[in-house]
Amino acid sequence: MKLALGPLLYYWPRERVFAFYREVAASPADVVYLGEVVCARRHEISPDDWIAIGRGLVAAGKQVVLSAQALTESEGELKLLRRVAANGEFRVEANDWGAVRLLAGTPDWVAGPHLNVYNPATLGLLHELGARRWVAPFEATRNLLAGALARRPPGMQAELFAHGRIPLAHSARCFTARRFNLQKEACEYRCLDFPDGMALDTREGQPFLAVNGVQTQSAAVYSLMRDVHELRAAGLDLARISPQSRGTAELLRAWRRALDGEPGSARFANGFWHGRPGIEAA
Amino acid sequence: MELVCPAGGLPALRAAVDNGADWVYAGLRDDTNARNFPGLNFDPASLAEGIAYAHRRARKVVLAVNTYPQSANWARWTGAIDRAAALGVDAVILADPGLMRYASRCHPGLELHLSVQGSATSYEALNFFHEHFGVRRAVLPRVLSVAQVEQVARRTPVEIEVFGFGGLCVMAEGRCSLSGYACGESPNTAGACSPAWAVRWKETPAGLESRLNGVLIDRYAQGERAAYPTVCKGRYRAGDQVYYAFEEPVSLNTLELLPKFRAIGVRAVKIEGRQRSPVYVAQVTRVWREAIDTLKNAGKLKPEWLAQLARHAEGAQCTLGAFSRPWK
Repeated sequence: MKLALGPLLYYWPRERVFAFYREVAASPADVVYLGEVVCARRHEISPDDWIAIGRGLVAAGKQVVLSAQALTESEGELKLLRRVAANGEFRVEANDWGAVRLLAGTPDWVAGPHLNVYNPATLGLLHELGARRWVAPFEATRNLLAGALARRPPGMQAELFAHGRIPLAHSARCFTARRFNLQKEACEYRCLDFPDGMALDTREGQPFLAVNGVQTQSAAVYSLMRDVHELRAAGLDLARISPQSRGTAELLRAWRRALDGEPGSARFANGFWHGRPGIEAA
Repeated sequence: MELVCPAGGLPALRAAVDNGADWVYAGLRDDTNARNFPGLNFDPASLAEGIAYAHRRARKVVLAVNTYPQSANWARWTGAIDRAAALGVDAVILADPGLMRYASRCHPGLELHLSVQGSATSYEALNFFHEHFGVRRAVLPRVLSVAQVEQVARRTPVEIEVFGFGGLCVMAEGRCSLSGYACGESPNTAGACSPAWAVRWKETPAGLESRLNGVLIDRYAQGERAAYPTVCKGRYRAGDQVYYAFEEPVSLNTLELLPKFRAIGVRAVKIEGRQRSPVYVAQVTRVWREAIDTLKNAGKLKPEWLAQLARHAEGAQCTLGAFSRPWK
């Protein structure tokens, strides 16, 4: 099984992002997803910067994929989407069906986790349109994965979000701006203050969710590291690790060891995979 | 402009038809639709009766088969489509692209609508579904502003349907697993958000508590109005603030936008609430019918309509939602 580093979901200062990917270049990640998936207002890293970072990672032996935004609303966001889809240099991960329309008929793109691909029929459709890798939905169970892959289209790889705070929802509204009584279009880029999202606890102090601008994540780190043997048995080709502000390189090394046979013993939330509430550690 | 109204059973379907719905939308009594609630929805016999009732009055019925099937239960979803076609529904509302292909191939005469659960927010996405499956109408997620709806409507041959009234998803529909994270059932897979079996209410010294599978969603002081505990309508703590982190429990009411919707070419307005009573369906349908007809004849909105609708709002508060974006 290969190790993939998912797109950076948070908004970090420019220098920090460049430093992060210098570290990633030396990590055991096989595939690295780049680009802004969450919010088009974020501008520390331009589309050209992502390309430059991608070239550096290719030089370090990584396969690079450009991820498209999950929720496109405006014409400006569609322009950006077209630019990503037509970049001509890197594979592209489609995260909505507008992106699928732009990529259809081109070879070897990635059907991202936001596309809601739950069954072999939709997987087969994407294969016909040129997708050669499928990232399963975040809430995928082992039965979903095994079922969808029972009739695996030729050459189709399967990937699953396997470590990190789970992106649970997207909205038109920015909940980080809301926290500070700011309008979305004048948000003062408060996401910069929350390198792993803004914690939301219940009123009795249980860590529950993390607000990341228009995206809402789990507060708990979800991890399938202890389930590696099941991932392999279900036919998974890549495990996706989600960038976090600290220890990502060490995490990638730990995952490499897990994939090589030392799964580790740390207990994390992993409920979705086991057909349970995602928050649970089964 | 057409009026699309909800029916959780035969009495509501009759109420919708009798009060002026052009379309009634319904679901079967299982997880093939996004209102999979105990005691709600239609068995094949009552659906057949409902279709006959609507057709006798020249109204249409559309069946929602708008959750996402998996390999193991695929046949239940295709079975729902086959049954819908056999019973003579006027259209099906689908979210899953694989299922859409099934419907377009096996029932080429069956009109397809793209569900809000399909999460298509741009004309590029709508045009994909049109080109591949002949989708005729799409229900837009409640995340777009009026200007954005207009942009979409201009650039697609797909008819645009928008939500006009009722419960409001703050998150993009089809892109939300908050309920599944807390309790294991989400709209995409189980057709349920905060299912009743996972909800607990409890009076405590600190106030009335609402929980979803044990997670505290909110706690109400005396006199505070309690809301059904969906994750996105709860109060949480961020730093030193306890607040509605996502949205106050409010309902969508876009009646005042109706003239604008007409002007930008919105084809249909949808009323949320298959889980609501026949009385709700009757009264809300009547107001919207009168409003649409009045505007068609160049009349003006009447203030009493807003007052009538306000009585049916959840939380008794209304919002224009993403259409107006006070938070933009």
